[in-house]
Parts: sequence; C-alpha cells; structure tokens
Amino acid sequence: MYPDDLRYSSEHEWARAESDGVVEVGITHYAQDTLGDVVFVELPEVGSQVGQFDKFGEIESVKAVSDLFSPVSGTVAEVNEKLEQAPELVNADPYGDGWIMRVELDDASELDSLMDAATYTATLE
Amino acid sequence: MNKRTPLYDTHVASGARMVPFGGWDMPVQYPDGIIHEVRQVRNDVGIFDVSHMARLEFRGADAGRFLDTVLSVRASRLEHGLGRYHVICNEDGGIIDDAIVYNLAENRFLLVVNAGNADTDRAWLSSHLNAFAEDDDVDVELVDRSLDIAMIAVQGPNSVAMLDGLTGDEAGLTTRFHAGEATLDGERILTVRTGYTGEDGFEIMFDTAHAPGIWKILVDSGATECGLGARDVLRLEAGLMLHGSDMTVENNPYEAGLRWTVRPNRAEYIAGEALREIRDNGTPRRIAGFVMRSRGIARHGHPILVNGEEVGVITSGTHSPTLESAIAMGYIDVDHTEIGTAVQIDVRGRMVDAEVVQLPFYRSDRPVKPTALRPRTRR
Repeated sequence: MYPDDLRYSSEHEWARAESDGVVEVGITHYAQDTLGDVVFVELPEVGSQVGQFDKFGEIESVKAVSDLFSPVSGTVAEVNEKLEQAPELVNADPYGDGWIMRVELDDASELDSLMDAATYTATLE
Repeated sequence: MNKRTPLYDTHVASGARMVPFGGWDMPVQYPDGIIHEVRQVRNDVGIFDVSHMARLEFRGADAGRFLDTVLSVRASRLEHGLGRYHVICNEDGGIIDDAIVYNLAENRFLLVVNAGNADTDRAWLSSHLNAFAEDDDVDVELVDRSLDIAMIAVQGPNSVAMLDGLTGDEAGLTTRFHAGEATLDGERILTVRTGYTGEDGFEIMFDTAHAPGIWKILVDSGATECGLGARDVLRLEAGLMLHGSDMTVENNPYEAGLRWTVRPNRAEYIAGEALREIRDNGTPRRIAGFVMRSRGIARHGHPILVNGEEVGVITSGTHSPTLESAIAMGYIDVDHTEIGTAVQIDVRGRMVDAEVVQLPFYRSDRPVKPTALRPRTRR
C-alpha cells in the first residue's frame, strides 16, 4: 500500500522522482482511505510556483474537504486533468492514474527531507 | 465516553468507520464507501442503525391532550396507527427539534426525536409535563424507551418486497406514515412506513436483544449496510432538513420551509401565538435549494452572495451521486428566492456560481434526468 520507490510527507502526499528533475505528486493510500469517496480535486495552474509543504490545492470527498500540500518546491509542469471528470481515480489508483501534478524541482535535495516507505508506514501506526 | 447502540459490535465487525455523533459512536460508512451506499438505497435496499434516535412514549388518558400543547400538530386527532412529522417549538416559535409522533394505540403515543437533541427535548418536555400535570388531575406519563428498543431503517425501492418476504407479507400492510406490526425472526416488531432518504421504506423497532440477529437477517437478504455519511447525502438530495445544521432554535418553521407541519390556530398550543405572529408578518429569509453551476462544493457556513452582496448562508451541502452535481441548502433573503436566481457561494474564499432550484433535489417518483437541474418556473 506504500510503494518503496516513493518518498512521503507527514501530510500524506507522495513524491515520485522521474527523469529530468521532475517529480510526480499524489496523495497516499492512507489519505484517500481517510477521505473516503473523492468527488472534487482543485488542481493548481500549470506554470504556478509551489513551495515545499505549502498548500497547492484542495481535495474534497463526499463528507469533508482537505488541503493539499506540496511535498517539494518548484514549478507545476503538468496536472492530471483526468481528475476533473473522474476524481474517483484518486481512490481507485492513488499511486497511478490518481496522480495529481508533476513539479519541476527547484532543489533535488528536498526529496531527502521526505520519508521513505518504512518510516512513513511507522507514522501511521 | 460515547454511548453505543446494540449494533456497535456488528458495525465494527463489518469494518465500519465509527465516529462520534450526538453523544453516540456511530458508523459513518462501511468499506464500500458512501457513494456505493447511496446508490444501493436509491436502487435496491439499504439499512441504517438509527437506534441512537430517542424514543419517548407518552401514556395515559391525557397523553394526546398534553402533546397538543407542545407539538406543532394536534396529536390527539391522529387516528390509531398514524404518524406525523412535525416540529417542537419553544414559546417564541424557535425550533427545538423536529420529530415524528405516532398514535400507537388508545392513550399511547410514540415520539421519535434526534439523538443530539434528546437531552434537551426530554428536559423541555418534562418541565412542560410537570406544569401541565400541576394544573389539574391529569393522567399522562413520559416513558423513555430509547435504551430498551432498537431501531433499524430499511430504505429503498425494494425494501417493501424484502420485508414482506421476511414477515409473510405482513410489513407491506403498513401504509405510508402509518405504524403497524409484523413478525420477524419470531419476534413481534413495530413497523413504521417512513424514513429519511426520500425512498419508500420502513423504520422497524423491537427489543434491543434482537438487534444483531435482525441486522444479520437483513444483510443476508441482500440489504446494504449504510452509515451516517450516506444518510446525510440521501436526506439532502430529498430536501429533508437536518436539525442542528439546517435549523436550530434560532429558526422558525416558516423560514425553514416547514409551514406545512404547523397548526398554529389552536388555543392550547404554547407556541401558537408566536407562530401566528411570525406567519402574519412574514419572514425576511427562507430556506432554498442551490445547485452549483461551476466546480466546487458549498458547505455549512459558506456565505451566499448576489452582486457581491452577502444575502444568505449555506446550511448543508454535498456532492450528490444521484444527480451527479453539487447541491446545497441555505437561508437566503426572500428577495432572492425565485427559482433560477443566479447566486455565488464563497467556498473558502473562492466564488463559485450557483443557482436557486426547487426543493427537493430528488423525488423517487420522478426519473432523474439531466434537465432535472435546469431552472423551473415556480408553481
């Protein structure tokens, strides 16, 4: 439920380092499970700046709304537009089709400040 | 520590997520999620543990006459077996709670009230009962049956067929808003044909000892376990008010759209004078339904604006799986209640377009069409 190749934030977002300093971002299994059925994701603007651990959007389930916090700083390179029509992808596939945005990293070392899967899993217990 | 219904262990074993609600630990959803539960109730059968709601029995030759003084309807005139939705108002016409009263039998009435208001209701009713009983030699007692009777709501288009199958066709004999009896699992149960979902269905009541057994029989018959999350979506789609969210003691039944539940022209009714005055003067605001026209979900407390000016406040809002749209209710100045009025909702600082629509959002006797959310002319 918590893939080893991802880095995790205490706000329950994950970051996947891709090539060329781009990082894919989404919410963890724990986050989607706690939220319940996701019905709306407010995506950031492509080209906007996000700061590490700063709010970059909102995610809303039938019963609650939560802020989204970016695990890294950088420039939003791409957002998952599929979520506009199918926000439930966040529940169905949080580490795959339910990704939220891709960020061009300002500082690759920020990934080291995030948790590995074992450390993150331990915080959930 | 919160109270637990006789079905607490059953919910936990089913994997329900438990949350505090009105002083009770209640299931908010089961593993398949709120949207699944809502669809099952709209298309098949869902069951809800509603044992947390308080069940107050009034007994005695003067029980009906007492209830007439404190309820917005004339309970004493209800035929045997008939129930009536109404509001309990204080002397100023403020809504203390909404409830259903049943005339179960000669000199025996049942009042079902909200869990979160149960303590307030009991205290308020007891104090009025004491005053009523002081005036003359009256025969009425209040018996709290909340802890010795369990209650399960069986809701959805197939609920009648399911309960008929389990009771030898007895349940279906109970017609809308009536109370009846049936035998289920060898146990005599009270069946009332009502609910809080906008679908046909029952609330069934029986001795608490049978709760886990009857719940299992219903699940084994194909009913989907549903929690408070689905219940809230279903009742909002059906335009049903939630006390504590859509109305409080600060609201009166006229602005809350509950004029039809109030019989104020009665000398014995303690809120009659205040309610007549409110009725005659008109209310400056009124409850209305809203459908979001751009992306976003309005929630309780979000301001409603017209031309940048605040004209109301949202009291409930959610995503409606049935209408596939975000819906909300709220109070708005009467100048802006016309169906089709364009408004904006301030969703945490972001302005989202919405439109005033006719309540309810959903009716089980009308098919859901995309046009259902288009503006309609007022009747």
